[in-house]
Amino acid sequence: MLSANLVKPGVLPGALPHEAPATQEPLASQFADLYQQREVATLGMWVFLATEILFFGGPLTAYAIYGGRFSDDFVAASERLSVPLGALNTVVLLGSSLTVALAVRAARLGQFRSVSLLVLATIVLGVVFLGIKALEYSHDYAEGLIPGIRFTAEWRPGVEARHAELFFFFYFFLTLLHAVHMLVGLAAWAVLLLRTLRGRFSVRWNAPIEVAGLYWHFVDVVWVFLFPLLYLLRH
Amino acid sequence: MTTATVEPRPQMREPRPRGRIDYLNVDFGARSWLLTTDHKRIAILYLVSITLMFIVGGLFAVLIRLELATPPGDLVSADTYNRLFTMHGVVMLFFFLIPVIPSVLGNFLVPLMIGAKDLAFPRLNLASWYVYMTGALVALWAMLAGGVDTGWTFYTPFSTRSSHSYVIGTAVGVLILGFSSILTALNFVVTIHRMRAPGLTWFRLPLFIWSTYATSLIILLGTPVITVTLLLLAAERLLGIGIFDPRLGGDPILFQHLFWFYSHPAVYIMVLPAMGVVSELVTTFSRKTIFGYHFVAFASIAIAVLGFLVWGHHMFVSGQSVYASLIFSFLSYLVAVPSAIKVFNWTATLHKGSVAFQTPLLYAFGFIALFTIGGLTGLVLAATAVDVHVHDTYFVVAHFHYIMVGGTVMAYMGGLHYWWPKMTGRMYPEGWAKLGALIIFVGFNLTFFPQFVLGYQGMPRRYHEYAPEFQVLNVMSSAGATILGAGYALPMFYFLWSLRSGKEAGPNPWGATGLEWATSSPPPPHNFETTPTVTLPPYIYSRKEADVVG
Ligand SMILES: [Cu+2]
Repeated sequence: MLSANLVKPGVLPGALPHEAPATQEPLASQFADLYQQREVATLGMWVFLATEILFFGGPLTAYAIYGGRFSDDFVAASERLSVPLGALNTVVLLGSSLTVALAVRAARLGQFRSVSLLVLATIVLGVVFLGIKALEYSHDYAEGLIPGIRFTAEWRPGVEARHAELFFFFYFFLTLLHAVHMLVGLAAWAVLLLRTLRGRFSVRWNAPIEVAGLYWHFVDVVWVFLFPLLYLLRH
Repeated sequence: MTTATVEPRPQMREPRPRGRIDYLNVDFGARSWLLTTDHKRIAILYLVSITLMFIVGGLFAVLIRLELATPPGDLVSADTYNRLFTMHGVVMLFFFLIPVIPSVLGNFLVPLMIGAKDLAFPRLNLASWYVYMTGALVALWAMLAGGVDTGWTFYTPFSTRSSHSYVIGTAVGVLILGFSSILTALNFVVTIHRMRAPGLTWFRLPLFIWSTYATSLIILLGTPVITVTLLLLAAERLLGIGIFDPRLGGDPILFQHLFWFYSHPAVYIMVLPAMGVVSELVTTFSRKTIFGYHFVAFASIAIAVLGFLVWGHHMFVSGQSVYASLIFSFLSYLVAVPSAIKVFNWTATLHKGSVAFQTPLLYAFGFIALFTIGGLTGLVLAATAVDVHVHDTYFVVAHFHYIMVGGTVMAYMGGLHYWWPKMTGRMYPEGWAKLGALIIFVGFNLTFFPQFVLGYQGMPRRYHEYAPEFQVLNVMSSAGATILGAGYALPMFYFLWSLRSGKEAGPNPWGATGLEWATSSPPPPHNFETTPTVTLPPYIYSRKEADVVG
């Protein structure tokens, strides 16, 4: 039911006129052609990302309000985070956005060997990011910076531990929310890598790679906001 | 106003040909329903499950009105009463009113109205139903385990520190439900943008589509905020971190801001689709094009935008800045303008129309009358000084029941009657239906009008006992609730009866315009035999109107 062969040839951007239609077209039955299916997929992701902005917007607003109200305590708490590790992670994630952008381009050009290599690189970079994040979390645990569970760290006089705990709550809430998004993205890339290797994509049909790319860039941009907001408060 | 009673059009009496495949008889068995990706079948799944939730919420209301029949708290304890009104609110708002029109009528109609074979993401659509069911089951489990007593507003710090009820279970149910709304709304937005039939430009879209589109925007931009707010609430309750609890350094007003940032727009999630239904009903049964199509269409968008800027009118007595209150008050007045535009346009459409007083139109009249009362009393509440007097009284309770029950449920019932022939291929019994509409209208007003008076006289909401001088009005209200309950039960019986014994409807029993009437009833699995092409605006009922638009 989901793979009727009803393609009007030659309506796709990038479709070469001489190219024979692939044997197994992935056109779902509710669409007229692959062009419409592609448009639907990308718009769907854009709309989803709009809700995502509001999803992160709620806790970011709360964080901004308390950051303004308890700014000294928040700065003191922020100093406990490792800027080098955070910066390294920013570089790693920006690197993965580059590999994603190249993968999308390669897919459009039909170079699917490069696509699989670049997607693989993206997955490796994503895993590295999460590994560094896990390392940071374990340091936080050792230092007693886990709000509500193990918040035993010593603070210099004048710093209200409650407010520092609030900072760390938002730190974990936001970075964990981000990490969950990373995990979803990594799962998506793993599926897409498999499909690429099985030859499911062509010059005519590679929208899933583009859509996953949109998502990945968004997750990357979120981190670009989180890094200065959480790590660089003292500057 | 010229009036005429229009019998269901005789010309369309072609009986359903034996052996014709439609979406209902194409396949049988539980599997074919539980794994379907057909938007029409998913609409039926929603219809059944949402009706069940309506009955659950209604049972809580029965107990509330029984308790309030006498002044002392004699039927249930104060604690039980707190749980009853909370669960009534949670079930009715989150599991009935918010999803009902988009998920049942919207799911069924959006692809049909725009000439598409299905929604853009059929499997996501099915997933949204499973997400809804998961949320509903989690919330029901929390209710069976002991319920929740915070009020549907979950205000902190009571909900995070003092309440000894199943706050997190209920909150998780509501949170899961939010994802179901988001998936449905995303599907609608993409479908309306990308799947319209050839020639179906934006200004040829039926107004139900415009209002569904505006509703979807609100769902997409509002729901994530309540999701995150409930997560923060659960975190505070579990971990004891002062996000909202002032004793731990948090700010309870922040919770209210975040909560109402979603929950005021949520009112428009309930009312906008209802307005879309009423626009369809009014034009069909006055056999005239809608007056001021563009105004009605853009009023939906205006409501969606302005609706996001008025949430502070729930917080006039919370300690929020007076200046903020004044601005919120002004903006709340402003948001009444597009609603009023719609009411005027419906009235103007009826003017000099050939009005057929069929059941769906009776419900539309009910909507217009009750929504107007609810809207105008909303202005009373949006006035900062008056609000201090009636805040947290039965005046507020009456006001929002006029909007939600008098508005949304009336329109939903009207829409259900109007599209029932399309959904099932059968007509409902007109006489019984008119009787039902009348009972509901009378019962509704008897239930809720006395509450305006009670509130103005100072009876506070959310108490299980009250001063003896309020008893007469409370007995009236409880009596009205009995009538209202009977009114809602009646359609459940005759709708079921009509499935077997109703008259064959034919493709277009109302002689209406609109693509959904251009296909057979019930529609075939892929909606249209051939993809329709659209050459005219909607609601063209006469040669003259066709000539005017050229
Ligand atoms: Cu409001």
